[in-house]
Amino acid sequence: MSATLAKGINSFKEVLDAPIASFFSSCVHCGLCAEACLFYTETGDPKYTPIHKLEPLRRVWQQEYTLLGKLGKMLGLSKPVTDEELEEWKPLVYNSCTMCSRCAMVCPVGNDMTYMIRKMREGMAASGHAPAGLVSATTRSVEIGSPMGIRLPAVKAQMKHVQDDTGIEIPMDVAGAEYMVLMSSMEIINFPEYLAAIARIMKQAGKTWTLCSEAFEATNSGIQIGASDIAKVLVQRVVDGAEKLKVKTVISPECGHAFTALRWEGPNLIGRAYTFDVQHILEVLDDFRSAGLLKTSGFEEARLTFHDPCQIVRRGGLLDQPRNLLNLVAKNYVETKDHGKMNWCCGGGGGVSAIEEAEPLRLQAFKVKKAQLEETGAKTLVTACANCRIVLEEGLEHYHMNIPVVGLTELIAEHLKEGE
Amino acid sequence: MNHLDLLTFARGSALNWALIIFTAGVVLRLFEILGLGRKADLAKPRLDSPGSGWRTMFTRSLPPEGMLKRDPVTYIGGYVFHVGLFLGIFFFAPHIEFFRSMTGLGWPALPSALVDASVVAAIVALAALLAHRLNNPVKRMLSGFGDYLAWALTLLPLLTGYMAYHHLFVEYTLMLALHLFSVELLLVCLPFTKLFHTFSVFISRWYNGEIFGRKGVAS
Repeated sequence: MSATLAKGINSFKEVLDAPIASFFSSCVHCGLCAEACLFYTETGDPKYTPIHKLEPLRRVWQQEYTLLGKLGKMLGLSKPVTDEELEEWKPLVYNSCTMCSRCAMVCPVGNDMTYMIRKMREGMAASGHAPAGLVSATTRSVEIGSPMGIRLPAVKAQMKHVQDDTGIEIPMDVAGAEYMVLMSSMEIINFPEYLAAIARIMKQAGKTWTLCSEAFEATNSGIQIGASDIAKVLVQRVVDGAEKLKVKTVISPECGHAFTALRWEGPNLIGRAYTFDVQHILEVLDDFRSAGLLKTSGFEEARLTFHDPCQIVRRGGLLDQPRNLLNLVAKNYVETKDHGKMNWCCGGGGGVSAIEEAEPLRLQAFKVKKAQLEETGAKTLVTACANCRIVLEEGLEHYHMNIPVVGLTELIAEHLKEGE
Repeated sequence: MNHLDLLTFARGSALNWALIIFTAGVVLRLFEILGLGRKADLAKPRLDSPGSGWRTMFTRSLPPEGMLKRDPVTYIGGYVFHVGLFLGIFFFAPHIEFFRSMTGLGWPALPSALVDASVVAAIVALAALLAHRLNNPVKRMLSGFGDYLAWALTLLPLLTGYMAYHHLFVEYTLMLALHLFSVELLLVCLPFTKLFHTFSVFISRWYNGEIFGRKGVAS
């Protein structure tokens, strides 16, 4: 299906709903959202003001769904949204918005800019104004099964590798298992320690689990680019896999937007509630901890801090779980300023890390993260999102900061009591 | 038409028409917003923050940690202006008399000197906020005709009210008529400008609190 301006505008009209109309009606142009956005605070460029990124969507709302706007349109007084304008807005809607939602936490009138950007991207994609990097990631997700082009043999190779390393058999397609484990491409390619950690933790907890050969990939570039039809196809694979294997719970990996896609958007994309639960791995681990199924020994001695992934904390509600888990294995754990639900984004969420031309801006925005980290004096940075992790590693390297970044799940696994 | 005729008109048919347009406009705008509806959310909500939407209506009036320091003019100016305006409208004895004559409902007034001071503070805050709007690059970029119009429409009733109370410059009866006209202009424009946030802010805050609350991030 080819993209056209008319399709984009139609898509804008379709996504406009009562919440968005109330948000646009309430905005008093106070500009406070800019003060919450790392792309504004680190560049000082007013064009990165969150509400400004939505201007074309606002005009379509005003022209189509308000009396004055309709009158203005009839009399030819209103400025129609054009292809040129949407192309100009592309870097604002994609490159400089990680959908981190910090602005939505501070807006005095309660506007949820992320809610709107997510929907606006539907029209941007439909009109052909999505960035090339996201388009190709999305194409690979549909055609190959993963945004990074990973196929089942790569997963099987990693399973074998982990089996050899840990001596634990990695189950695949086991019907009736309690948990179905998903991974992100990043974990399959860059962080095999995640799967090893899961295997060891599940063994200690005595839980049954499985991978699924038809649904191993948790990420969903459909929700990043703004293509709900594609997002639905990708979620459906997971739903089909989970229902076929009759698992109780699907575990979303250490990946922020995968959790958003599966936990919050999925049922709405496929049009029905799931027959299984979706939990983030940190929720599962914290449940194990409180049930006494997570036995650890020893503590990390180095000063370490935690980076709250936006989609896990601010848009996911997992505030206490990572802290409970860190306290199990770390003595010298310090919080960053603005931690928890006001944490600053790594700068690469919402698909930004997949957009090549956004890299210089992303590294500039990383200055806020750099300052946050420096203030803690931490020697190790822990997080719970593979994308955050890569983006943090790149940022730290760019600014010559020698701080290793580790995933929380693998950190816990490193401290598991042996032989239990 | 002499000053008294003008005042009679301002208190009579002009006020009636203004109130009719205001009410119809508010109803229309609420209908425009809520009429769009939204799809039911099929994702299972977290249950740890019931009533988040209702709470957010109020809690969002407070600045999140660290924000006051980032833009003190907007926050402090905003508070002083809104509180001053609210006291000026609802706690000035003659206003309460006016509401009582229209609705039969009355309540105790604040001392006039206090209301007077709060109105002066609101006017000063409006001036500071305008200067900030013109100087701050973000605000300046976001601002258009509607923002400056809304500013002027809000200032006029405060200014004319202050001048009438202090018998400044213009003959009192005429000043009172001008004060009423400025209020009527404000009422007529409110539903169709950003001043409609007076009403819609409760809707948008509710949605915000509800959306976050379902995810377990209560306000």
